[in-house]
Amino acid sequence: MTDTAIRPTDEHVDTPTGSGRVSAGLFEPRQLLKSLPGALRKLDPRIMVHTPVMFVVEIGSVITTVMAIKDPSTFAWLVAVWLWLTVVFANLAEAVAEGRGKAQADTLRKAKTDTVARRLVDGREERVAATELAIGDLVVCEAGDVIPGDGDVVDGVASVDESAITGESAPVIRESGGDRSAVTGGTKVLSDRIVVKITTEPGKTFIDRMIALVEGAARQKTPNEIALDILLASLTIIFLFAVVTLQPMAMYAHAEQSMIILVALLVCLIPTTIGALLSAIGIAGMDRLVQRNVLAMSGRAVEAAGDVSTLLLDKTGTITLGNRQASEFVPVDGVEEAELADAAQLSSLADETPEGRSIVVLAKERYGLRERHQGELAHAEWIAFTAQTRMSGVDLSDERGVRMVRKGAASAINAWVSERGGNVPARSGELVDAISAAGGTPLLVAVEDTEGARILGVIHLKDVVKEGMRERFDELRRMGIRTVMITGDNPLTAKAIADEAGVDDFLAEATPEDKLALIKREQAGGKLVAMTGDGTNDAPALAQADVGVAMNTGTSAAKEAGNMVDLDSNPTKLIEIVGIGKQLLITRGALTTFSIANDVAKYFAIIPAMFASIKGAEALGPLDKLNIMQLATPESAIISAVVFNALIIVALIPLALRGVRYRPMSADKLLARNLRIYGLGGLIAPFVGIKIIDLLVSLIPGIG
Amino acid sequence: MSVTLAGILQLSLLIAVLAAVHRPFGDYMARVYSSDEHLRGERVLYKLIGADPNAEQRWTVYLRSVLGFSMFSLLGLYALQRFQDHLPFDLGMKPITPDQAFNTAASFTANTNWQSYSGETAMGHTVQMVGLTVQNFVSAAVGMAVAIALVRGFVRVRSGEIGNFWVDLIRGSIRILLPIAIIGTIVLVASGTIQNLSDPHTVQTLSGGTQTIPGGPVASQEVIKELGTNGGGFFNANSAHPFENPNAFTNLFEIFLILVIPFSMPRAFGRLVGNLKQGYAILAAMFVIWFAAVCLMWWTEAHGNGAGPELAGGAMEGKEQRFGIPGSSVFAVSTTMTSTGAVNSFHSSFTGLGGGITMLGMMLGEITPGGVGSGLYGILIMAILAVFVAGLMVGRTPEYLGKKIGAGEMKLVAMYILVVPATILTFTGIAIALPGEQAAILNSDSPHGISEVLYAFTSGANNNGSAFAGLGANTEFYNTMIGLAMLIGRFVPIALVLALAGRLAEQKSVPDTAGTLQTHKPLFVGQLVGVILIITGLTFFPALALGPLAEGLA
Repeated sequence: MTDTAIRPTDEHVDTPTGSGRVSAGLFEPRQLLKSLPGALRKLDPRIMVHTPVMFVVEIGSVITTVMAIKDPSTFAWLVAVWLWLTVVFANLAEAVAEGRGKAQADTLRKAKTDTVARRLVDGREERVAATELAIGDLVVCEAGDVIPGDGDVVDGVASVDESAITGESAPVIRESGGDRSAVTGGTKVLSDRIVVKITTEPGKTFIDRMIALVEGAARQKTPNEIALDILLASLTIIFLFAVVTLQPMAMYAHAEQSMIILVALLVCLIPTTIGALLSAIGIAGMDRLVQRNVLAMSGRAVEAAGDVSTLLLDKTGTITLGNRQASEFVPVDGVEEAELADAAQLSSLADETPEGRSIVVLAKERYGLRERHQGELAHAEWIAFTAQTRMSGVDLSDERGVRMVRKGAASAINAWVSERGGNVPARSGELVDAISAAGGTPLLVAVEDTEGARILGVIHLKDVVKEGMRERFDELRRMGIRTVMITGDNPLTAKAIADEAGVDDFLAEATPEDKLALIKREQAGGKLVAMTGDGTNDAPALAQADVGVAMNTGTSAAKEAGNMVDLDSNPTKLIEIVGIGKQLLITRGALTTFSIANDVAKYFAIIPAMFASIKGAEALGPLDKLNIMQLATPESAIISAVVFNALIIVALIPLALRGVRYRPMSADKLLARNLRIYGLGGLIAPFVGIKIIDLLVSLIPGIG
Repeated sequence: MSVTLAGILQLSLLIAVLAAVHRPFGDYMARVYSSDEHLRGERVLYKLIGADPNAEQRWTVYLRSVLGFSMFSLLGLYALQRFQDHLPFDLGMKPITPDQAFNTAASFTANTNWQSYSGETAMGHTVQMVGLTVQNFVSAAVGMAVAIALVRGFVRVRSGEIGNFWVDLIRGSIRILLPIAIIGTIVLVASGTIQNLSDPHTVQTLSGGTQTIPGGPVASQEVIKELGTNGGGFFNANSAHPFENPNAFTNLFEIFLILVIPFSMPRAFGRLVGNLKQGYAILAAMFVIWFAAVCLMWWTEAHGNGAGPELAGGAMEGKEQRFGIPGSSVFAVSTTMTSTGAVNSFHSSFTGLGGGITMLGMMLGEITPGGVGSGLYGILIMAILAVFVAGLMVGRTPEYLGKKIGAGEMKLVAMYILVVPATILTFTGIAIALPGEQAAILNSDSPHGISEVLYAFTSGANNNGSAFAGLGANTEFYNTMIGLAMLIGRFVPIALVLALAGRLAEQKSVPDTAGTLQTHKPLFVGQLVGVILIITGLTFFPALALGPLAEGLA
């Protein structure tokens, strides 16, 4: 992290919420109605064929409709209508999932329409449409201009409003060189002038990709989705065999079945529930990331997030608060702690760095010293902190003379005291070494007054681990995820922080090459690695990692290399991304289990209805004993099963979109919990549901 | 001692002995397949067939070897039958007709031992010994080899090589099957099973008529018939014949022989993958289903409907008095849940539900505990399926034993679970729809008639080989169709398993973490059992409803 200064959000957005539960997305029943036209459009067989299970249902619907027209009856029409509804409900699930991204896409589109670029050609400006820009073109943007395309700032510095993409209204600084040079097309320059070198072709810019992503247009089936599709297709084929070959056996038993009943049986058996919801689950998973302002460039990355077993976390900003903070005042012999605190506070009032502020805060909190403002002290000359002097302080003059208070790096203060003829006590050297050894940063406080120049004591600055991080890492460990802290600190400092934060391992004095090597080492052991990064030198590691989350504030090289972009540039979000990946996979597994378990009850409804009361096939009469739900008539039994099969899809749409409840816990506990709810629940629920529907359906004349 | 108490004691003894034997025996099998040493006799054989025993094979080569060897066996067996009148010890038997010879050749090559002939009246000693008995050994060894190849797929990392078929085949035959067969033969002969090369004796019966009593090398074939889960009897009556299975002890011993390799394979698997607990989980799933079926069978047979069963104290029709209901139930479940298909009682005469259990046992895919080798690879396929769904529910893309189950793996698994049910259902549908072929059905026009046909194809495609009786299966149609079903049911799954082994062996291994699905815990065993039962149940429920269920619920 290099660029967080302008963003006040970081400090509070990422404080852990405690439970670690991945919260649910939004779902409103109204969305169903709004998505209906889209669902109907998807009935086109050319689209349906991509979801094989539902395509079979659609064919079945056509067949039953033809049969119902040829030989009309209440029963035939009811089955036909409900089969069509099954298909429509499935499409509805997908349409709702897609619809949620549409609104966001529309906002994004507004940002990119009609942008005119001011292209620099041989030092002269010309106005061209943004769509005509080519890679390498230089464009000028001044206050009020919309940046016409993705690129890097090659000249100037400007504040940019990126709210079109991030939803964050506070402007960010973009300047040439370094890690803050990337600008995104569609964002707006608020002040100053920059020259941008275009790095992306029009139509393939970040905002274009974002639109495609949130709309789901660029969605491709993920590897696991394909594998699941294969399983569902094979189950469908098996049941197709079971139903088709049933007819000759039934004929032999003098119990020939009508086409409508066979289609109904088939539709009830094939895994329609998961078949209908599978793509909605995938879209919703991506959408949950979008809601957290994370853009996954591929669904594959989201899946990989669920599999991650090693997290590389940057120390600063992720594990610790951005800056070091004063934690204690240690006086040298003969000095009162309160005196040291007072001097420390005085000398830091002119220090606006976060470290300086933290000293003032500590003095107030621990020693009750009221913060004094620079104006309220008369005859004070303030010395601000500079990188050259590495000191700050104040010169207070009163009738007795001038009292000079200084605070700063050990070497600087030592030199200052020596210059003024003071002694540097051995004790202060010991304190400085001890604090350094513990991974902290020591600052010395000195004063020169009538008693001469002397050192008062040491301020202990240290990295403050964010609250709740240890619990989170424990949680991750229980989920089988190892955390590795990455820091530029020396090993001693790194170890101290690693121990305090409770990470499993750390990489100290880390260079980008070290990071890359670490990732490769983990991967060689079969592990999947996730990391965040923002600098250009992070790009190779981001590309190598299985989940590479680039910060939006980062360079375009970093954004290009990663497979996710976090618009909030909040590295702690990596943990949430893993949770969302897992939740996506769990939702798929849970609904597949539910779908298959459902079939058992449907058999108990349909098989006795098909065979138990056929004249001339009395030998099959005993099958009536399987009618354990005591469904009213064969017709109502079959219709109830078909209706249940259709309604369960609608009932589960919210779950598919929200994802099943997920809390980090061990694999064992997760499996036990989900098997109980979706396995056992899937066995029992349809018995209850079908019975209730049968009670209603049997009221229909001609059925009951 | 009451029959029930005797049955409980026998069953407990059987389980105790299996429990004691499976550990050392499983460890032994693991050593056989992983050792680097070649026996002298083996070296001679490798030289003879021109195989380099130290060369590793990729799955394509391994499969080619399996298919080449099996094709050779198929043709050889066909020729032996067609020309048996020119062979020594032919006992004056005529050549077998082409369709029946094909059926028999397919049957024994595919480790099925479906017999549309009566052994004592159709096959001479040479065909029995050189053809059928040899196949009983090697077809079993082929199944074990394929299972071990799949296990190697899990173990090996980034290699793609899954062993050497010729080594696996020969070691399985010589180091595992042969020694047990020799010991087993001695035990059986000592217990009263016959073993000779005599011509049939003609004897005078008490009522004054004459009877021809055939003899033969029965005990030696009996042992490998059970041990290799083959099932083809020397006599038509199979293990119900007193010369094959003379008393309660031999009955129990034969059941032990049927179960010993299948129930020991999981231990060998656990040993080879370096985690015995994984083996125990598989074993537990096998045992739970087998044991539940035994109990259910015993119960339903002891409570048969009708006057006969009530008088006899159970459904004794078609069962031997010397085995009783317990001895017959345990045998029937064991023979159908392995790919054996030997019978000591007539499954057609079982109660409707009992007949259904024998069919269900086969429909599960013969994986509880299943045929030698085929049981292990079959249940590992189901384990992968269970892992696929369960793995998702722990929030990771599925992995089993450190190998990812992706789209490519699922394609092979999906085809595996598809091919046998599709064959059974399609062939049954065709057979039952053809009016000309309905004549073969003895109990026509009843659920029992449907069971007869369904059973035949279930038995064939699953390589079981037992017959329901009642179906006159020696027709050109049934010989050909069941022959095809057996070949499809054996070699398509083997090809898929080897392809899967190759894919898995190429993968790297994912390390185990707290987030990994624990596939050695009771919870997973429960899920595996659930997946096996539900997938099979859903596939065959309609067909079973029209046959055994309609009959059994009456």
